[in-house]
Amino acid sequence: MKKNNSLLLSAPYILFMIVFTLIPLGVVGYYALTDVDTGRFTWENVQNLVLYLPAFWRSILYSLISSLICLLIGYPVAYFIAHRGPVMQKFLYMLVMLPMCMSFLLRTLAWVGLLQDTGIINNLLDSIGLARLPLIRTPAAVILGMVYNYLPYMILPLYAIIVKIDNRLIEAAEDLGCTPAQTFVKVVLPLSMPGILSGMTMVFVPAVSTFYISQKLGSTDVVLIGDIIERFFKQGNNANMGAALSLLLMILVFVCTGIINRFGGTDEEGAVIV
Amino acid sequence: MKKILSLTLAALLVLSLFSGCSVNDGRITINVYNWGQYISEGDDGCIDVIAEFEKAYPNIRVNYVTFDSNETMYTKMSNGGITVDVIIPSDYMVGRLIEEDMLLPLNFENIPNFEYVDARWKNPDYDPENLYSIPYSWGTVGIIYNSKYVDEADVTGWELLWNEKYADKILMFDNSRDAFGITQCLLGYSLNTTDPAELEACAEKLKEQKPVVQQYIMDQVFDLMENEEAWIAPYYAGDYLTMSDENEALEFYLPEGQGFNRFVDAMCIPKCAQEKEAAELFINFLCDPEIAGGNMDWICYSTPISAAKEFMDPEVVESEISYPSDEVLDRGTGYLALPVETTRLMEELFMAVRNGL
Amino acid sequence: MKHLNRIFTILIFIFLYIPMAVLIVASFNVGKDITEFEGFTLMQYAEVFKDRSLLTLLGNSLIVSILASVIATVFGTVAAVGISGLSPRLRKPVMALTNIPMTNPDIVTGVSLSLLFVFIGSQMLGQRNSLTFWTLLIAHITFNLPYVILNVMPKLHQMDKSLTEAAMDLGCTPLQSFFKVTLPEIMPGVISGAIMAFTMSLDDFVISYFVTGLDFITLPVEIYNYTKKQIQPKIYAMFTMLFLLIFVLMVIMNLLQLKNDKKQAKRGGAA
Repeated sequence: MKKNNSLLLSAPYILFMIVFTLIPLGVVGYYALTDVDTGRFTWENVQNLVLYLPAFWRSILYSLISSLICLLIGYPVAYFIAHRGPVMQKFLYMLVMLPMCMSFLLRTLAWVGLLQDTGIINNLLDSIGLARLPLIRTPAAVILGMVYNYLPYMILPLYAIIVKIDNRLIEAAEDLGCTPAQTFVKVVLPLSMPGILSGMTMVFVPAVSTFYISQKLGSTDVVLIGDIIERFFKQGNNANMGAALSLLLMILVFVCTGIINRFGGTDEEGAVIV
Repeated sequence: MKKILSLTLAALLVLSLFSGCSVNDGRITINVYNWGQYISEGDDGCIDVIAEFEKAYPNIRVNYVTFDSNETMYTKMSNGGITVDVIIPSDYMVGRLIEEDMLLPLNFENIPNFEYVDARWKNPDYDPENLYSIPYSWGTVGIIYNSKYVDEADVTGWELLWNEKYADKILMFDNSRDAFGITQCLLGYSLNTTDPAELEACAEKLKEQKPVVQQYIMDQVFDLMENEEAWIAPYYAGDYLTMSDENEALEFYLPEGQGFNRFVDAMCIPKCAQEKEAAELFINFLCDPEIAGGNMDWICYSTPISAAKEFMDPEVVESEISYPSDEVLDRGTGYLALPVETTRLMEELFMAVRNGL
Repeated sequence: MKHLNRIFTILIFIFLYIPMAVLIVASFNVGKDITEFEGFTLMQYAEVFKDRSLLTLLGNSLIVSILASVIATVFGTVAAVGISGLSPRLRKPVMALTNIPMTNPDIVTGVSLSLLFVFIGSQMLGQRNSLTFWTLLIAHITFNLPYVILNVMPKLHQMDKSLTEAAMDLGCTPLQSFFKVTLPEIMPGVISGAIMAFTMSLDDFVISYFVTGLDFITLPVEIYNYTKKQIQPKIYAMFTMLFLLIFVLMVIMNLLQLKNDKKQAKRGGAA
């Protein structure tokens, strides 16, 4: 009786998700394997993928670096928030979340205004008699853009895990003679692993497929895979090649997130989101 | 829970109220799909063309949407799934849409103002019998540069866009046809070449240019040139006039010797239109000399309707840049629709340049 | 060490809010250029209210994100209750399915949905205009659902199963026991799921960009178009107002929740 109820309750959802996530992926697969002009079956798009491997590696590299930086700077912040009183916690949590509600495009544009050659930072440097710096259109600017935009995705899940760590465990470790550093490495860090993993995933996935950040903050050489896919769908009038690239991107993301999650060996509910 | 629920419901109610004006009120809606920054919407004390139209035809509502290049517009249309009633693409794109049977022939009875269009712009190469399109504006493509930073001695022709001295300060078109057009002028090929070898050579030239290019742009050019983030950009003459209002150091140069592109943007009704008659009324409205004049005054492009000039700022009308002499104009070439294979090859080559292959 | 961390956190918060500050300052600027402050004005705010199309866009955005997040929250909460009752053998693939939109790059989700909608709309239903408000809404619900489920599931797991059983033993129907026992228990998860879904919806532009036609465009999509031209300073003014609005809403939400928590704590103490 109870089993049936559960099935009944979840069936519409399962159906919905099959129709609107699995089937669309099938459609992408269909496009990837057909020719743009004739609509006939072809391997050509898939074979051409080799050409884009450098862009794939670049995207993966940039987003991995960004996720690691996010982790390094996000962890202390999450830890700090988790050790405030309940009201302060709520307030700081909100402050982390707030930028995410505001237009990602405008925030990126603000960075352009800050970093460009005639931008706010350079004008400031100039006015105090220093030389202007080449800030924008560098790999560092792209990574900065990624870190800035996706940092909340790291802090929020980290906080959610850290706040649950039982303080008695830490006290016990200290009672048993652990130095604070030892306590952190042996107790706190392993316990925050699920948060680290889901934070890494949540930063990595949007960063690897971004196209706006690299277009605005990167040089013409820094072509990320998201740019290429967007261009194929929007200008290039070749949805089929775009579909093939999307499929490969998806597979790579699954592999990468799989690897990230393998580190912690989390189970199905491991994806802690806040 | 109940509180939150009622809050949400209240919010929804309020929303549906103030968006109510966009929902059914017995008016028909036409979707107009045009370039960005390409119609006067009442800024800077100019006429608000759309509001005027809606005033003149109270039963029609205009939903105005913009694109940033012919290719983007074409892709969005050919992907399907949308209805558009009026589009304003460029000459070669009009030709392509005609060839691919994507346009509806116009009913000129609904567009009496067509008579105001100058003979020079009627029956153009891209639409020889003038069945599908009515010119909206025309202009030339030249080089805009900042005289504060660019040495006049370097301004000799299209090669300025390849000059390493100005590396990272040069902008380039982000659409295949214009980018190739410039390269074709530079290399001395026809602007309408179909020779694959020549196109490959152009692509090589564009790859050579890439290291000095700061960004591939379309309308972002305004901000970048005005605040001097970039110093050199190829763009449309009309937009130069807009930019030079903001930054007086900007100059326009037309490489007459090497040739240049002379373009026409024309109004058409695509096959996916749902309100053809209303669309024709809109086109007719834009051809009214007074409206056309006010509109061109803001967008600064050149009008194909001479009668409109008396409603315009005399300074613009007399400008050599907006209205070059016939002698200069004849040195320019219009783009024609290319065979499908050529267009496809050009797009692929351009994608390869952009994607760093 | 503690102080170091405090300073570091403050620095990171400054980093998070620098671009916001730039945009807010730009909204009071006389000039158009974001990099140069030419003088103070409130004119841009007046411009926002004069611009009919901008207000319509904002309305569109709010309608889609509120509808999508409310539907996704109700639908997702019910589904989560169902899923948690499934046998592990069934639950695993369902959770994998739930994770697809999460781990799938937005661009792939957007593209795949738009291909599907156009395919169904034009080829199967023979409709000319297949990318409409409804397709946009479906797309938003699709990417909102996992946020709700993943927020509600952990709460369901934490919940003491015997509570519902007790309620049923005391004569509650399953429906009653859901509303009286389960829902209050999982409410924090439901709320945070709903907020997340709403946030994601409101700022989404990648997916919307691909599934939207010309009839119904949301604010982020048009802002993307705007950034391809010259950005008008009134956009910054609108941004600033939205920022304040959301800030106030969030504070109110938090206060309500705090009050609720206190009430519950009291009740817990009494029992």
